[in-house]
Amino acid sequence: MSAITRLKYGSPNRFEVLSWYFMRLSGAVLLLIAVMHLLIMHVWYGVDAVDYRFIVGRWASPWIQVYDMALLLFALLHGVNGTRWVIDDYVHSRGWNVALKSLLAVLAIIFFIMGAQVILTFDPSASETAWQSLAAVFAL
Amino acid sequence: MASIVASIWQGITYRGKDGHYAWLLHRLGGLGIVLFLFLHILDIFLVGVSKELFETFLFIYHSAPAKVFVMGLLFGVFFHAFNGVRIILVDFWPEKFSNLKMQRLLFRLVVLVTLLFFIPTAIITVAPIFGTHLSLSHLLGG
Repeated sequence: MSAITRLKYGSPNRFEVLSWYFMRLSGAVLLLIAVMHLLIMHVWYGVDAVDYRFIVGRWASPWIQVYDMALLLFALLHGVNGTRWVIDDYVHSRGWNVALKSLLAVLAIIFFIMGAQVILTFDPSASETAWQSLAAVFAL
Repeated sequence: MASIVASIWQGITYRGKDGHYAWLLHRLGGLGIVLFLFLHILDIFLVGVSKELFETFLFIYHSAPAKVFVMGLLFGVFFHAFNGVRIILVDFWPEKFSNLKMQRLLFRLVVLVTLLFFIPTAIITVAPIFGTHLSLSHLLGG
């Protein structure tokens, strides 16, 4: 029975059917936005053109911020869900399976926050970054 | 542990021809891309920590060995993207695309389109190692 049929007629594991759908949907979105990002950075600019000033110029446009947030969200969810499938394929011991997937979930949340924080709150005009202020408080 | 090694080994040595190569490359590429994604989120996060820290970290990407690694990444992304299209076609329209003849044709198309994108992009990526800059903005003076 195909996953579509299962979704239509009810499935004992609705989450997995939605996850199957999500991979195809986010894959189609990433085919456009991730491949375009790659072509812009590697074919148009070239990686050697990238430095701090380059990034400041890029994020000056709110549209690039929206684009980068979409990339972060779709790529991370697609990649983490794929890794979850790989863990389920190979790691059958219940303890290790749950441990690895928990670690993966924690990493995904931490890296999403790291990415979203810099895309949404980065301010090149500030005299010091939030992290530098924080480091100063702890006298690092 | 032994069973995990055995199942991974089976996944590599199974002689399933094109369908098997597609599955193996899709999986390897996907895992490579997700590892790079974590590294990439980390380096961009550093932009918001300090300018000096970020620019120190960039030497990783601007070094020659990194460009060879990036070439692998580019191949992985292009193959994963175009093979993903094949998977969507076969999954959503099985009556049209799941027969053996069509599957074989689709796989060949995936490899062809992947190489069409990969070869020029790879040349542009490694050219700076040899002192040549081929990126389009550089060539067109943009």
